[in-house]
Amino acid sequence: MLYRETGQFKISYAADQSVFPIAQDRWFVSLIIVIAIFVIPVLASEYLLQAVMIPLLIFSLAAIGLNLLVGYAGQLSLGTGGFMAVGAYMTYKLTTAFPDINIIIVFLLAGLIAAFVGLIFGIPSLRIKGFYLAVATLASQFFLLWMFNKVAWFYNYNSSGTITAPPREMFGVVITGPMASAETRYLVTLFIVIIFAFIAKNLVRGRLGRSWMAVRDMDIAAEIIGIRPFQTKLIAFAVSSFYCGLAGAMMVFLWLGSAETEAFSINESFNVLFMIIIGGLGSILGSFLGATFIVGLPIFLTNAPQLVGLSMPIDMQKHIEIMMFGSLIIFFLIVEPHGLARLLQILKEKLRLWPFPY
Amino acid sequence: MEIISFLNLVFVNPLVEIFSYPIFFAEVVISGLLTGVMYSLVALGFVLIFKASGVFNFAQGAMVLFAALNLVGFIEQGFPIWLALLLTIIVMIILAFLIERFMLRHLINQEDIILFMATIGLTFLLQGFGETLWGSNVKPLDLGIPNQSFEVAGLLLNEFDLFAAGSGAILVGVLAVFFHYTRIGRALRAVADDHQAAMAVGIPLKTIWIIVWSVAGFVGLVAGIMWGAKSGVQFSLSLIALKALPVLILGGFTSVPGAIVGGLIIGVGEKIAEIYWRPLVGGAIENWFAYVLALAFLLFRPQGLFGERIIERV
Repeated sequence: MLYRETGQFKISYAADQSVFPIAQDRWFVSLIIVIAIFVIPVLASEYLLQAVMIPLLIFSLAAIGLNLLVGYAGQLSLGTGGFMAVGAYMTYKLTTAFPDINIIIVFLLAGLIAAFVGLIFGIPSLRIKGFYLAVATLASQFFLLWMFNKVAWFYNYNSSGTITAPPREMFGVVITGPMASAETRYLVTLFIVIIFAFIAKNLVRGRLGRSWMAVRDMDIAAEIIGIRPFQTKLIAFAVSSFYCGLAGAMMVFLWLGSAETEAFSINESFNVLFMIIIGGLGSILGSFLGATFIVGLPIFLTNAPQLVGLSMPIDMQKHIEIMMFGSLIIFFLIVEPHGLARLLQILKEKLRLWPFPY
Repeated sequence: MEIISFLNLVFVNPLVEIFSYPIFFAEVVISGLLTGVMYSLVALGFVLIFKASGVFNFAQGAMVLFAALNLVGFIEQGFPIWLALLLTIIVMIILAFLIERFMLRHLINQEDIILFMATIGLTFLLQGFGETLWGSNVKPLDLGIPNQSFEVAGLLLNEFDLFAAGSGAILVGVLAVFFHYTRIGRALRAVADDHQAAMAVGIPLKTIWIIVWSVAGFVGLVAGIMWGAKSGVQFSLSLIALKALPVLILGGFTSVPGAIVGGLIIGVGEKIAEIYWRPLVGGAIENWFAYVLALAFLLFRPQGLFGERIIERV
């Protein structure tokens, strides 16, 4: 009854092809966006914004980026951390060299540089496939981090080797650096993520997204029907790296405040990959769900023992946390290998028929 | 001027050094080969599992750590070494059984990437479990292998490295015989070729998987002993999986000889680059050099040196 599209007649092609053709979906998404913009900044505490909401949004963006590459174009990549580092370090270089440029524009420029780097590391993808490609993309991960560590030019020759977000203003409000309030940073992050999630959603519905999916499903067949696999794969690498670079820049400038290359290590790459697998490959919504799961799970596991009233030594708890994380991932993959997005889809199908079984 | 000195660093100086001190170069190559054997040992575990079940087992590094942790733990409990070894092997077999029972069995017919992610989950699980059980401080592993250097024909060699290389060679020989001449070995190869055909002729897939994972656990134990004796048993042991990956793509995921040759090439290439091209890049290249080397090979042979030819049909 609640979720039924009966009676929703489309009277134009535009309406029929809209992003959310079903009215209930439209309302639901609008409701979530309204809550995210108006309710959460008012009600949520500083801790909740800083520790949960901001990383959740930033990792969602990175997950969308990786999902475009892995879920839509079918190119398995483990180099996410490296591309995020490119975004972060390039933002740092650009904004310290040209302090007057608006920081959002700097983010986008850094994203473009990351896209270019992604393009270069995407070149082997024409010849190498599957796990060979995945391991080959690790080369980018390790090489880029080594470079940012070794070449002092990237962190302006400072002694600590860290990059720190300088304060930058927009419309007279400080949005980066230690002076910026969690609410401002949250709102800036939210706007960027909403805009780019919308762009991604439209990308994958269009010509480009369809050619990605064609290459993913069978690249030889795609080539035969006139899709150029090399260009298509390279564009996928570039777009994906743009998203990852943007997320990396936001990670340092809107969330952490300062970072070393350690923050972009291979674990970060695996985490983002977990997000898209658990959220659902080939689903923009899934990227958000997966990011929520992976960001939320460690926080839950850290706090769970206290909630039940258990206390144990710190290192013991750390180990058990890792164990729980690993086993929950395995459990989840066994129960629903197609991810949370698939669960949601099943739920929708059930709701559509409810209260009848079929 | 800068370009000339750069070209000097790239092409001239290293070659001059190589040709003016050939003995030192030979030493570098040999030590590279011996390190390469250690890489091969880890890569071997990956290849075994990939061949028999098509699973890219990222947890191999964690299995190396887990095996070594158990061994050291048992020795610390006061067991004699042979008993500790035996107990560790039993633990690894139980582990293989549990992995098959609770993980693989439920993931049959899933996409490769799902299985891959599951093994990453397994990595976390094994690391956490091993360290909860035995603690996370660095433990020395002393098996009484002599660690002294001696000279042969002007070359400086290390006894321990030779020992490691020797046991690696024996292990590979035993595995080769096992794969080619025993009934189980033939069944393993059949499963590797085609799961369904193997099941159709009556090969029990589940048993085979347990055996393969046990063998991989055993190879992991050998690698764990070698690396553990070299650098102590600690968390970082599980990171050598990352060193074995370039070896894998270089040699081909499906080839045992590929793992050996790949390991040797990576070992030697890394040592030579580290020593002769150091002034150019400034050290600490061991993290990525192997990957770039493997990538360069892959551009010419996308299936690795010894991998099965990739045949694609529409």
